[in-house]
Amino acid sequence: MLGFPSLCPTSLPSRQSRRRNNVRRRAPVAAALLELKPPPYPLDALEPHLSREAVEHHWGRHQRSHVDCLNAAIAGTQLEGMELEDMIWNHDFFWQSMKPGGGGEPSGRLMELIERDFGSYERMIKELKHAALTQFGSGWAWLAYKANRLEVGNAVNPCPSEKDNKLVVAKTPNAVNPLLWDYSPLLAIDVWEHAYYLDYENRRADYVSTFLDKLVSWEVVSSRLENAINRATERAKVDEKRRQDDDVEATSRKPVEMYLDSDNDDSETE
Amino acid sequence: MALRTLASKRALTLAQGLGFRHGGGGAAPSGEHLRRHARGLVTFSLPDLPYDYGALEPAISGEIMKLHHQKHHQTYITNYNKALEQLEDAMAKGDASAVVGLQSAIKFNGGGHVNHSIFWKNLKPVSEGGGEPPHGTLGWAIDTDFGSLEVLIQKMNAEGAALQGSGWVWLALDKEMKKLKVETTANQDPLVTKGATLVPLLGIDVWEHAYYLQYKNVKPDYLKNIWKVANWKYASEVYESEIA
Repeated sequence: MLGFPSLCPTSLPSRQSRRRNNVRRRAPVAAALLELKPPPYPLDALEPHLSREAVEHHWGRHQRSHVDCLNAAIAGTQLEGMELEDMIWNHDFFWQSMKPGGGGEPSGRLMELIERDFGSYERMIKELKHAALTQFGSGWAWLAYKANRLEVGNAVNPCPSEKDNKLVVAKTPNAVNPLLWDYSPLLAIDVWEHAYYLDYENRRADYVSTFLDKLVSWEVVSSRLENAINRATERAKVDEKRRQDDDVEATSRKPVEMYLDSDNDDSETE
Repeated sequence: MALRTLASKRALTLAQGLGFRHGGGGAAPSGEHLRRHARGLVTFSLPDLPYDYGALEPAISGEIMKLHHQKHHQTYITNYNKALEQLEDAMAKGDASAVVGLQSAIKFNGGGHVNHSIFWKNLKPVSEGGGEPPHGTLGWAIDTDFGSLEVLIQKMNAEGAALQGSGWVWLALDKEMKKLKVETTANQDPLVTKGATLVPLLGIDVWEHAYYLQYKNVKPDYLKNIWKVANWKYASEVYESEIA
């Protein structure tokens, strides 16, 4: 384990509580040790766009040290491990967003929604590149599916429509993930310098262009979109049922008896 | 690996003396490359390194120094100048929305220029005294405020290692309280964003571009080694001029 444990953060920043909704597919931190999952292709499969050396460092050293540190921290409080857990999740998601011989253009429902929500594929790409290049410092650029939902338990979107669920481009700093905002991530581009420095040095723009031209797996993005749409549909059904239950309850209630002091001009009711 | 000879360095120093024009308004530090435009806007150019790219080896590789200086710092300067021109334009038109919109680009790129200009002076080849511990008033102040130089270095390295993402770790002088402090800033935020009375004495760049090609993800090794080329003489000079 390279550099372990000296690479583990000794004091992680305290975190404000975050929403964790049920789209997260990983088990709670305390349940089991995390494993270092390899990318779904050999380490040299993304050459010449990302060198074997770069992938080996990114996955084999950075991600490995996150997993090792987090497994060590699991013995401590849950809060300590949270940012590392995000980084591990983000990285797994990132590797799976790519494939050897990737690139090309999306199709099917994904392309339809891209054209609906951005005007054209080119405009979406432009916005995604802009996000990746203006994420100052370390972070991530995302394509995500945003389902409009109010977080408060008994408050639902009063006029829900399919149009509220749309594709958006987002950027986040450091280890932040757009699940925080109740978005379903579909695609992640790692723009920490370590993600591109060995192959591209400071030329982040070249790395991002190559990622989108030659590496992105639109199939994976499409299947994530289908899952996200299904989840949104299910939640809309739950919300609708809850709304109907509330209505039934309201109409079955007896009228409240109100005692009005009719001599008192302070009363606000007629 | 060293790409600039001593002779060319002297020639550049001469050119710097001739070409340098100090912008009005008082705030610009001396030694910076400045240019005053017709309407009074002052823009910036890349300051020369006071040593060859390879002169800090083996602590920091010449490859990193060259990229760091010629690409990263230059990019901050180019974008800062662009943002300043846009700002001047927006201010002249009274376009408040555009002025506000430019603030993050100014903070990021201007901060990058400020921080890196200090950073090059914070480093010195071993052959020219890099790594020699501070004496005199700064040495005493370090002992008073931290116990010893070793403790200070340990503290700065711990903060640098713990910093998540990109940023800087600083030895700062609080000139109001006349005390030394260790501070960190995120991204390219200059030290002054942590306190208006803070003066940077030494800064360590912990962005990945500062060490990745040589140290990969082993940031602690970079932090351990950079002290071998730390320019305590510069830090002492700044300290003494502020304390006086």
